[in-house]
Amino acid sequence: MRPLRFLLRKEFLQIFRDRTLVAMLFVMPIGQLLLLTNAATFEVKSSRLYVVDHDHTPMSRGVVDRLSASGRFVPTSSSQSQASADEAMLGRKVDAILVIPDGFERDIVRTRNAPVQLVLNAEDGAAAAVTQSYAVRILAAYSAELGVRVTPALVAVGASTERAPQRGAGVIDVRQRGWYNAELDYTDFMVPGILVVLVSMVGTLLTAMNIVREKESGTLDQLNVTPVTRATFIAAKLIPLWSLALLEFALGLLVAWLVFHVPMRGNLLIVFAAAAIYLVAALGIGLWISTLVETQPQAMFVTFSIMLIYILMSGIFTPVSGMPGWAQWIAEASPITHFVRLVREVLLKGAGLADVAGEIAILAGTGVVVLTLAVRQYRKRSA
Amino acid sequence: MARRASPLTAFVTKELRHILRDRQTLTILLLLPLAMVVLFGFALRNDVNDIRIAFVDPAPDYATLALRARFAGNGRFNPVATAATTSAIEPLFRRGKADVAVVFESGFAGHLAAGLPANILIISDASDPNTGSRMQAYAGAVIASWQAELHAARGGVQIVTRTRMRFNPTLESVNLFVPGLIALVLTLVTALMTAISLSREKERGTLEILLVSPLRPWQIIVGKVLPYLALAFANVITALLAAWLVFDVPFRGSITLLLIASALYALVGLALGVFIAASTSSQRAAMLGALVGTMLPSTLLSGMIFPIASLPGWLQPVTYVIPARWFIIIARGIMLKGVGLNDLWAPILALLVMLAALMLVAIRSFKPRLA
Repeated sequence: MRPLRFLLRKEFLQIFRDRTLVAMLFVMPIGQLLLLTNAATFEVKSSRLYVVDHDHTPMSRGVVDRLSASGRFVPTSSSQSQASADEAMLGRKVDAILVIPDGFERDIVRTRNAPVQLVLNAEDGAAAAVTQSYAVRILAAYSAELGVRVTPALVAVGASTERAPQRGAGVIDVRQRGWYNAELDYTDFMVPGILVVLVSMVGTLLTAMNIVREKESGTLDQLNVTPVTRATFIAAKLIPLWSLALLEFALGLLVAWLVFHVPMRGNLLIVFAAAAIYLVAALGIGLWISTLVETQPQAMFVTFSIMLIYILMSGIFTPVSGMPGWAQWIAEASPITHFVRLVREVLLKGAGLADVAGEIAILAGTGVVVLTLAVRQYRKRSA
Repeated sequence: MARRASPLTAFVTKELRHILRDRQTLTILLLLPLAMVVLFGFALRNDVNDIRIAFVDPAPDYATLALRARFAGNGRFNPVATAATTSAIEPLFRRGKADVAVVFESGFAGHLAAGLPANILIISDASDPNTGSRMQAYAGAVIASWQAELHAARGGVQIVTRTRMRFNPTLESVNLFVPGLIALVLTLVTALMTAISLSREKERGTLEILLVSPLRPWQIIVGKVLPYLALAFANVITALLAAWLVFDVPFRGSITLLLIASALYALVGLALGVFIAASTSSQRAAMLGALVGTMLPSTLLSGMIFPIASLPGWLQPVTYVIPARWFIIIARGIMLKGVGLNDLWAPILALLVMLAALMLVAIRSFKPRLA
């Protein structure tokens, strides 16, 4: 084990010699965790509404009032001109335009049926669909309310005298409940995802550049003629960055707990054990890249692609269920998907070892496979 | 023709040779951005479709059956189970087999007919709160529109909401993501390329040779940046072609303006790379800075996935320093909305300011190296 000890010392020295690198290693991920966690929400808070009211009646104003009272819409401007409304939308000043046609109130009183037009900026189609569903609900409730006012007789239909209905003709009372995260607090959900992405990014990138760096400077050939075995060599490359990444993960969890008050419902030992296994897989991928490519820039571009897949396709920020089938397979094949899922299950839902055994097995399997590949690839090079 | 090329031309030629000689890296640089845009263009969706819905209907009647049929016919929802009690669907949620449950009270139709409140509970799996709240909104709208029609049929009032989805009527995720993907891939490739190229020279000591040459610091930077600008522009063109041919993303505005803005954006990325290389000590540190420092911020703070309007108020000004934020506004504006310089001068100005600031800092930080 003496060679391993010397090699480890060398690796640690090489990392800690570069002060900027060490500073970046800790400051950048923690800083980003603090900042970016707040960003990862789809929640459509409120849409700026341009009102084009051609009707000018109590009822048409009622439509605008109900929309703004909901808090989902904020009327920011109004005029009689569709053209200036269009312009405001093109200039990103409003998100939605409400057009109430002339004769709106008259039609409601006479025919009980009148249209309004809602124009939504659908660049972000999913957000627009959510905004639309809010509008539909608000206006449906307003219709029911108007119904009581316009046709009081309707209320009495089917109502017996002793049970006088309070809420008009059959109002559906919709309640909502979010299981597992009743307050719909997105930071609890996002902290594990962002932390794991950051730790993986740092770890994979640095390991990916590690062997290729020795290749470039020619010191790999020197190492190859020493009695150091392949396993020792790979272990010496892996252990320093592995322990750094694990330390960083622990630091991130501390931030998650202190700053974001992420609940730690489950056993933290499970999380750390899984992190130790996951990092072997994640850094193993980096090492494997390192043995495959010839130059550091190449190592970096390959890492870059893998990171993009991690960030965009593993269901951390966007739902996996919306993706096409083949893309879901890629998500399932990324170790990060399983690790993030595990951290969320254990921390947020309090899952036990039995619940996440499957994920741990997948992580361990990935680790064994990539390390074997890295060691084999390294042998080819040295031959 | 002068027999001896000017130092700058000679330097640019040298840089170009460096790039062209390394075929492997060149291929990666040309194909990788394209591959990424195509891959993620197909894969990325921010919408929730195919929501697996379970019903808890203790006493089915005409109203609950009608509403259940509504959900089934909606296209967004996919009924997976019907049970009599809420506890019966709980295992479905825990095993991830259902996303939403709609719980009817017994005597639902009776309450409706009697003019009493008829209760419905929408339960969603909110372990992902982002999709959880979306699913709730969609389910709520299905019930609301059914109720509105019921009212109208009984002689009640109905306000018909005619919605027009402007700029993206089919609500394609790809129309939203392609401009963002181009921005993301471009910023990384450009920032990474210059950061690597400069820090390599620094690490090998060849940068000092350049600095004692008759080249002025700005000439060194220009010489480094120009060839990569050409490469980045090639990336822009292939990515836009892919957007147009593969994804049918509309190009409603001026292509020329889009190309100019892309070139400007690529320049900002390149200047960012120079800045990173100038402020770090080694290749490793430069790459770490370029990749870790730009990747997540450009993804999360640019409005590419998460709308900037959704961010907390204090965080929104932070996004002003993210170049991708401005490019995404420009690209979406030109591609989807067809707006011109009139509406886009502000983001273009922001990019110009960023470019000037980064260039200034980069050139300044080069001088002390001589000492």
